[in-house]
Amino acid sequence: MKRLIAALGACVALAACAKGDGKWRTDNIDGLVAPLEFSLTDDAGRQVSAGDYRGKTVLLYFGYTSCPDQCPTTLSKLAQALKETKDHGARDVVLFVSVDPQRDSLARLRAYAQGFGPQFVGLRGTQQELTALSKRYRISYSYGKPDKNGDYEVMHSTGVFVFDGTGRSRLLVLPDDPADAIAADLDRLAG
Amino acid sequence: MRERGYHPRPMLAQHDIRAVLAFLAPWEFSPAALALCAGAVLLYARGLRRMPAKERPNIGRRLAFFAGWALVYFVMQTRWDYWSQHMFFIHRIQHLVLHHLGPFLVVLARPLPALARGLPGGMEARMLRPLWRSRPLRLAYRALQNAIVAPVLFVGLIFFWLTPPIHFDAMLNARLYLVMNWSMLLDGLLFWALMLDPRTRSQGALIGFGPRIFLLLGAVLPQIYLGARIGLATHELFDVYSVCGRAWPISALEDQSLGGLVTWIPAGMMHTLGVLVLLARWMRADNEAHVRAATVRG
Repeated sequence: MKRLIAALGACVALAACAKGDGKWRTDNIDGLVAPLEFSLTDDAGRQVSAGDYRGKTVLLYFGYTSCPDQCPTTLSKLAQALKETKDHGARDVVLFVSVDPQRDSLARLRAYAQGFGPQFVGLRGTQQELTALSKRYRISYSYGKPDKNGDYEVMHSTGVFVFDGTGRSRLLVLPDDPADAIAADLDRLAG
Repeated sequence: MRERGYHPRPMLAQHDIRAVLAFLAPWEFSPAALALCAGAVLLYARGLRRMPAKERPNIGRRLAFFAGWALVYFVMQTRWDYWSQHMFFIHRIQHLVLHHLGPFLVVLARPLPALARGLPGGMEARMLRPLWRSRPLRLAYRALQNAIVAPVLFVGLIFFWLTPPIHFDAMLNARLYLVMNWSMLLDGLLFWALMLDPRTRSQGALIGFGPRIFLLLGAVLPQIYLGARIGLATHELFDVYSVCGRAWPISALEDQSLGGLVTWIPAGMMHTLGVLVLLARWMRADNEAHVRAATVRG
């Protein structure tokens, strides 16, 4: 029981730390989410892991290239934010993990990601790799029923997880956050 | 071409069995959850076997005990846990089981005699009894199990974990998520053990039957308020499910209204059931007292 009370106390403290800092303009999730770790294939066909992006600020986002609204909106907002940072996104990388590997070939992912800018990398994984990743970041995705053309919708997370150069989770960008807020926070993270 | 029709399809195809097994396999394996649920069930079963037939609890009590732990295990360790992380109303059902239904059933079974009998020889007398009688443990137990702290803790935990920023963090952080679920389960066991005690005050219950009925009914009101406030809200209160993705397509407000209803109605029903159990136990305890008094006089 004492442990329970201690644990509850820790929760209150944690919640206070995570929210009480008014200087960040996106959600401060410092250390709340597991450090960056994954094993996937990048859109150039290389097997990559978190270590390949050490030293960069990593923006991790889950989506799919046939996405009608959510993904293009979020990715273009991120592209805008990177342009607005002091070094124009030189220290940042956006990892776009496809949750629809069946339709998203590497070539398709590459064309899609590069359309948003040089910092954008498409990542693809097997269902097993994706399950491990979704467990780690506590995100979910599910597939809608295919229509007569075989097209289907994919329900997926909307948040962008931001990790600093050491792979520690720092920020969570929500759909309502404007590009200038994201840019300001990325500058603060780098500086 | 293979001939078909001569080989009727088995009732359960292999992929159905695999799907069921995949559903039952732990989503995030917790040794503690397995140890607690399996440990309680095995200890109880061993105790039943070693009990003389006439002391053995009736079939209803036995079923209540096993069903309680089975439900707790189910919501904590199967694919249900995954759904609970990604669907608000499923999460509310998970907490209904951890905080209300599971502990209620376990406590309803009055399992302590059978559990004590299940322990290896002499362990209860040599270790647990002295530990239980030790002053710090008794003081701590009394500090929690009283008419003020117990209901405040019971209702307070529901409000605490449903505070939107705290809920947000608990759903993103694996450790905090475990603390949340375990706090609900442990507090549920404590609360219902205190409330459903079959003894009268003079027989050793910490709170008398009358005040307990009053507390049980009183604790419903804040839960109705919270459930209604969530269920009837017209804007999204818990956006973590949108941020992280829902387990299947359902609108945020639909999910939230269902979750509010689960917080509101079945929770209230559990308290009403608790009152009915208490009334029955009160009457029985009263009758027994009368019988004893009559025997002494006679």
